[in-house]
Order: sequence, then structure tokens, then C-alpha cells
Amino acid sequence: MRNQPYVMRDPTAELTDVLRERLSPSKQLSDAVIGLLSISKERSDEFLDSVERNLVAEGHNVVRFRKPTYTRPAPEPLAQDIVEQCDVVVVGLAD
Amino acid sequence: MELLVIVKRDCKTCQSVAPVLSMLKHTAPTTIYSQDDPSFPETTGGARDDRTLEESWRRSIEIVPTLIRLEDGIEIERIEGWDREAWQRVTGQSGLGPELPAFKPGCGSCSVEPGMPERLALQFGHTHLVSRAIEVGEMEDPMEVAYERGWSDGLPIVPPTDLRITRMLAGTARKPDEIIGLIPPNLAECTIEKVAISAVMAGCRSEYMPVVLAAIEAVLRPEFSMHGLLATLGFAGPVVIVNGPVTKRIGLNSKGNALGQGNRANASIGRALQLLIRNLGGGIPQEVDRSILGNPGKYTFCFAEDEEDPDWVPLNVARGARAGASTVTLFHGDGVQGCVAWHSRTPEEVSRSLAMGLLAVCHPKSCQWSHAVLVLCPDHYEIYRQNGWGRPEIEAALWEALKRPGRDLIQGAQGVLEGIDPSRVDETVDKFNEGGLLVVRAGGKGAGQSAIIGGWPAQRNKDEIKIVSEEVKL
Repeated sequence: MRNQPYVMRDPTAELTDVLRERLSPSKQLSDAVIGLLSISKERSDEFLDSVERNLVAEGHNVVRFRKPTYTRPAPEPLAQDIVEQCDVVVVGLAD
Repeated sequence: MELLVIVKRDCKTCQSVAPVLSMLKHTAPTTIYSQDDPSFPETTGGARDDRTLEESWRRSIEIVPTLIRLEDGIEIERIEGWDREAWQRVTGQSGLGPELPAFKPGCGSCSVEPGMPERLALQFGHTHLVSRAIEVGEMEDPMEVAYERGWSDGLPIVPPTDLRITRMLAGTARKPDEIIGLIPPNLAECTIEKVAISAVMAGCRSEYMPVVLAAIEAVLRPEFSMHGLLATLGFAGPVVIVNGPVTKRIGLNSKGNALGQGNRANASIGRALQLLIRNLGGGIPQEVDRSILGNPGKYTFCFAEDEEDPDWVPLNVARGARAGASTVTLFHGDGVQGCVAWHSRTPEEVSRSLAMGLLAVCHPKSCQWSHAVLVLCPDHYEIYRQNGWGRPEIEAALWEALKRPGRDLIQGAQGVLEGIDPSRVDETVDKFNEGGLLVVRAGGKGAGQSAIIGGWPAQRNKDEIKIVSEEVKL
């Protein structure tokens, strides 16, 4: 039995503990603008070129984006461009 | 003039001066505080109760008895222990304690017993911790609460209580609310207080704080790319290599098992850094930490260089630090790969042997891709030393032994698709980029077994990803 409450200090950034809900996947892609984001890693383009060919063949609107380097997070203006222009985005993550 | 005296019953000198205090009380305004028993000294009818030690702490009392002379409430002079001449001067009285020796040392104040200054600072001082308080239920185990909240790397943590955090903060002169940077991946503001919390949880002693802080400041330099290192698919995590006098001051291990378990400083400094990235930065495996396999060094990876041989140029000095400086060098490192070379007897043989081990870093056919750390063991170093070889000769010999013909390395050569571009077929190719092989001395004697710490493949972007060093500010 403790005489006083046992208190620990929070090591986290104390961000809200309410989980942010993700957007549900788009059900209808026919009118959607699909962004393809290369992270500038080797063979990322090879993968995204193939995705683009398939999507275009199916009549989708595709816009390509590229991060300057995969070693850093995307610059804020690039993220904003994607949000502004696209409804969904495919990221070429790995090599 | 006003006199103030701090005493405790459990002090022979305080007991001896009790008659003197009784005399002073009759001749000058005198306030006596007793640290352990307010009925002492009986000759003065007792004393003010300072069993909380608040007065002793506020006045920074280290010895009892302490005699203080105040003028208008301001301290003018203090005498520790019994010293007749000094007491007579300070009090303006003559004939004090004629039955006492001229001098008798006092005892330690209760306020400076081990652990007490931090406890008193927390109770009476200006240390105000602002991190969110998490109350642990009466029937709950604090360590289990830490697990449930996701604060652990998998091993138990030391619960970050106010007292422990305050003790940790005593290891640095920096203010708890100072922001030292933004911790990736969430770019959370990192205060000294949050660092102290992580250091407590990791098991650090307060004297490790300057090294922990230097390691954090190093990884936050943009050229280290801590975000990328965390988010990588690769194995690597931050490896902390410590040089300079601080290694001995805090007991870091550079000898036997330097890369292994068993030393508190080695274990907890690297872990404090990783816990900060996990908890404050939000770098969680299988979330932003995308590593395919990781490596055990991602729990903790910190060791010191063996600098006992004065002829050896330590890593930090080789990288531009002044001799005698304490530094941390942060490397993006995979796990440890051994290089067992027992039969080499000449410096040239050792170099060729170690180079063969180094060629396997990242992939045996990769070139100018990952960097590496070669941890040179004492038995290998002894062969070099006996032949008059130092760092420059060793590095030059390794560099030479790490050159290979491009035709063996191009994509498809040796039936392996990995490799360099076929256009380099006629080149002689270096294994590493310039500055990409760090030679460090560490380990115990007994066998020629050096260690190789492979680097992160993203180091091939040598203008963007850099090994960084940071001075430890003591």
C-alpha cells in the first residue's frame, strides 16, 4: 500500500491520444486523379512507369511526382502539391 | 548583527559546542536550527525544528555545526565546525568554549547525505517538471504500466519518477525547458526534461547526461539524417562511439566485450537515445521504422575507443577534434560481423585479412556503397604497433587491399546480378568512398578477432548522409 500516489512523467510528445482516423479507400476511381510519387530510390521509376501504363490504359488520370531524395521526408510544398492535385496517391517506396 | 547556527544531536562537535551556544543566546540574537532533534541542545532550551532540512538546504549547509553571521538578514560570514578564534571573531565575543580544544572539525550535514540534495531540490527548489503526470494505480506495477503505454523497447524501463528525473537533471547545467531540437519522425520538440526522462528509463546515471545530450545533438544534425535512418528498410541504427577523457570519468568500456553487454554506461547511453526516438519522436517498428530485420544494436549501441596507447591517433582527433577533447561520433551501423584472423603475423598480412572481411560489408560485390567501422582488436593492433605502424599506415594498407578489378564486380559477374555498372568493367574499384572507413581501437586481448560494423547503404549518397561528431560539453 502506498501512502502517496505513484507518479511517472510522460516520455512521449503528449500528442492527442485520440487516434486519427484514416480516410477510407476510394471506391470509385473513374474520375479520380491518381498521383504516382517516386521517392527517388533506384528502380522506383521502373515500378511506377509500369503502374502508370496500366492505369492510363484503363483511362485514369495520372500525375507524376518525385521527392528530391529518399533520404529526407518530402518537402512541404511537394506534399501540398499532391494534396491539391490528387484524389489518391501511389508511392513507389522500396527498391 | 544576528547569529544563526545549524546543528544536529548526532554530532560530537555539536554536542561539545552546546555550552557555547547557550552563552551566545544570552549575548546576541541567535537562532539555532537542529537537523535531527529540536530538543537539542538542551542547554539552550532546544532549537528550531529543521528535520525537513529546508533551512539547511536553502542555506547550502554542508557541515554541522555551521555558524553564520547575518547583517540585516544578509549572510556576511560562515564558519564550519568549531574554531575558537574564528567563532570569537565572527560573534565578537571572547572567552568562548575555554574547555574545548582550539579546533574541532564538524560532521556532514544531513542535507548532503547521498541522494538528499536532489530530494530537497525537488521539494523546496525551483525544479518544475512539466511533462504530463501519469498516475499509477495503487495495485498497478509501474513497469507494466510503462509497457502498456508503449514506452518500452521490449526490455523493462526504470520508472521515470520526479525524484529520478530531478537527479538526472543534476547531471547537466542546462535548464529543463531548453529545447535542443526536433526529434524525428514526428518532429517533436525535445526539451532537456524529456531527455532526462529517457535517460532515467534507459538506466543512465546522471553523470552520463552530457554524453547522452551530445549524442542527441549529433543525430539531430541534418547531415546525419536520423529520420531516414529510422525509416529505412535496412538494418542500421545509430552507433555511438565515444572518445576522450569523459570515457574514463563515466566508466565506459573500451576493453573486453566493449561491443557486448555488461557495462552500464555502454548499455544505457545508447538506449537513452533510442528510447527518445521511440517515445518522443514516435519512431515505432513496423510503423515509421520500416526495417526489414533491424539488428540487436537498435536496443543500444555505444562503446568507447581504447586510447591508452599514446602513439595511437584516436578516431575523434583523426576526424578533426582537438587532442584531449571528449566527443561522440555517430555512425549509421548494422550489427557486428567478426573477422577472425589468427594466423596473420605481419602488418601486410593483417591488412589483407581484415580487408577480406570488410569486402563483405553490404554485399561482397557492392562498391562505394555502405561505409564501415573496423574495430581493431588489441592482438591485431599489436602486430601493427610492433612494426611501427600507426593509423595512417594502417588506413593506407587497408585502402590498397580493398581495391578490386571491376570485371569481378560488374552486374552478372560470378553469376550474381548484384554488382556495379557494367561500364566499369576495366576500372580498379575502391570498396568504400573516401572517409567511409572508420578505424577504431577496442576490445580485450587473447586472439586476433577484430569486428566490422557495416554501414547503412544510404551512406552512398555521400553528400547527403554523413558520419557526424559532436563535442561532449562537460
